[in-house]
Amino acid sequence: MNKINDLFKRKNSRILCIYFTAGFPKINSTTKIINTLQNLPVDLIEVGIPYSDPLADGTVIQNSNKISLKNGMNLSLLFSQIKELKNKMTVPIIVMGYYNQLYKFGEKNFLENCKKSGVSGLIIPDLPVNLFINKYQNLFKKYSLSMIFLVTPQTDSSRILFLSQITNGFLYLVSSNSTTGKIVDFFGKEQISFFEKIKKLPISTPKLIGFGIKDKETFNFSCQYANGGIIGSSFIQSLNKNNLEESIKKYIKSIVD
Amino acid sequence: MKNKFFVDDNGYYGEFGGSFIPEMLYNNIKELQKNYKNFIRSVQFQTLYKKILKNYVGRPTPLFFCKKYSKKYKTKIFFKREDLNYTGSHKINNAIGQSLLAKQLNKKTIIAETGAGQHGVATATVCALMDLKCVIFMGETDINRQYTNVLRMKSLGAKVIPVCSGDKTLKDAVNEAIRYWINHPESYYLIGSTVGPHPYPQMVADIQSVISEEIKIQLKEMYGSCYPNYVIACIGGGSNAAGSFYHFLDNDSVNLIAVEAAGHGIKTKKTAASIHCGSKGILHGSMTFLLQNEDGQVIPAYSISPGLDYPGIGPMFANLFIKKRVKFLYSTDKEALREGYELIRSEGIIPALESAHALASLKKISFKKEDTVVVILSGRGDKDINVYEKFLTKNLSYDE
Ligand SMILES: Cc1ncc(COP(=O)(O)O)c(C=O)c1O
Repeated sequence: MNKINDLFKRKNSRILCIYFTAGFPKINSTTKIINTLQNLPVDLIEVGIPYSDPLADGTVIQNSNKISLKNGMNLSLLFSQIKELKNKMTVPIIVMGYYNQLYKFGEKNFLENCKKSGVSGLIIPDLPVNLFINKYQNLFKKYSLSMIFLVTPQTDSSRILFLSQITNGFLYLVSSNSTTGKIVDFFGKEQISFFEKIKKLPISTPKLIGFGIKDKETFNFSCQYANGGIIGSSFIQSLNKNNLEESIKKYIKSIVD
Repeated sequence: MKNKFFVDDNGYYGEFGGSFIPEMLYNNIKELQKNYKNFIRSVQFQTLYKKILKNYVGRPTPLFFCKKYSKKYKTKIFFKREDLNYTGSHKINNAIGQSLLAKQLNKKTIIAETGAGQHGVATATVCALMDLKCVIFMGETDINRQYTNVLRMKSLGAKVIPVCSGDKTLKDAVNEAIRYWINHPESYYLIGSTVGPHPYPQMVADIQSVISEEIKIQLKEMYGSCYPNYVIACIGGGSNAAGSFYHFLDNDSVNLIAVEAAGHGIKTKKTAASIHCGSKGILHGSMTFLLQNEDGQVIPAYSISPGLDYPGIGPMFANLFIKKRVKFLYSTDKEALREGYELIRSEGIIPALESAHALASLKKISFKKEDTVVVILSGRGDKDINVYEKFLTKNLSYDE
């Protein structure tokens, strides 16, 4: 049984998912951050694989990617870092990367490594859905890995329904048409009408809202419309490399307490 | 027009191309995929496009028979003078074509990336002409080395946004333009070469095909035959090469030569030769050849010519390479400089450093006496005059 599906069976509201970039601020921060997060009220962890050209990301994540790569992060190291925690891992882990990383590493090799190290799902924002269906869906099933798809306020209803059937684990609702970390008017008209539209659609898959969640208020708001929210840039900004654990505890406390 | 080397109905050139974009750009790309072909091929577009090219850009550009080079290389050498286009390069063809599409789609803001600044200047010019708002992304490294073009863009009313990510060159300018497009989906992204997600590569090739259309007519007038034996073009993303190969692709008697920028050499790390030194993967939304490490991290390119300083190549050319329809050569910084300078002194033509890479390949090909060889001078070198000057000073001090 996939851990993400398992999670939503147990809990279907106020799911808190935290995104961070592996290898940032320091190369060995990955395991420290995961360990700290899973002892806090965090339900899902999304680990970003640093990339040289993160097209969908704003400056905060671009910067963490750059530093992580400078620190020497690479895929083999990342998989071995996650694998170290496999037996102690309670919270499902999702990895997020760009398609070229999966492609160049070798898709099968990549998925096998995910499986071996205890990863439960993937987010690959530039992987076309049709290519996924034709080329990878069976492989994902074989390794019981979830592939998570995104929808945005510009996605029309029929495509939202289509993607909600292909996505596995949950559907990722991107709160606004933007790159990550942009200050969005989270309570704006466009956002609310998008969330309302989604609420009315017959979607059985759980939904998490991401992009623009940065504090208790925005997280609570996302919980009104979806099963929970994903926080990335704001969390990364809060990390204090001199006292990682404390900064993480403080941040999570500021969101759910 | 059907051609086995053009994009198929799924957006692919063999195993290359496609559209690898985040969901945020899905509608934008769909809109282009749905509309571009009918529009670009419509009589309405073609008439208007050709009229602007003639009266505003000054096309057709001459096909210049070069006596001295013909004698030197013991063959018949012609230069296709894209440098004589208004704004100084072939980039203006694409800027006009795509901005007509943008107008048709009712867009008010144009965004574009630029390396050498040639595409940026062309876009800023057309935006002034057509009353469109213009935002140009340019890497800081390129801003410093092509500053006169920055001044031109600014005076034309464009907003020039310096890009400080990555190694601050063309690749990073494309990244930043795409990010801006994600955040401003109402704008039109006027990409400058045959790169990017489908339909950009084919659309830009279609628009630039006017180059080979003219070559055919011009050769026919002079010799009675439309077909040269060689067409030689430099290649960054591939737009001047695509335009000048376009109408010759299905005639195997025409040797098509694309010349990559090798920077310090293809055995060094400082190179931009994606076919010679790259491997298969995804860059800027399409499957192609790119410079990357085993983890799929993109390796920054290097070339003295900012327009070729790009770690990828258009997907159409990745396929033309695999199918062996186009032969790929390379020229180093030094070779390009030397041959560029040679042209200046021999013919009074100052070529762009990009175009000088094509010239530098002439020495590496053995032509027959009766061959007709067309070399594409994709742009003029006023922007590079400081680099030529430095080269001259250095070499004179060697010689004397
Ligand atoms: C004069 C000139 N030639 C060639 C190029 C390379 O682009 P492409 O390969 O798209 O023709 C550029 C790009 O800036 C250019 O300015």
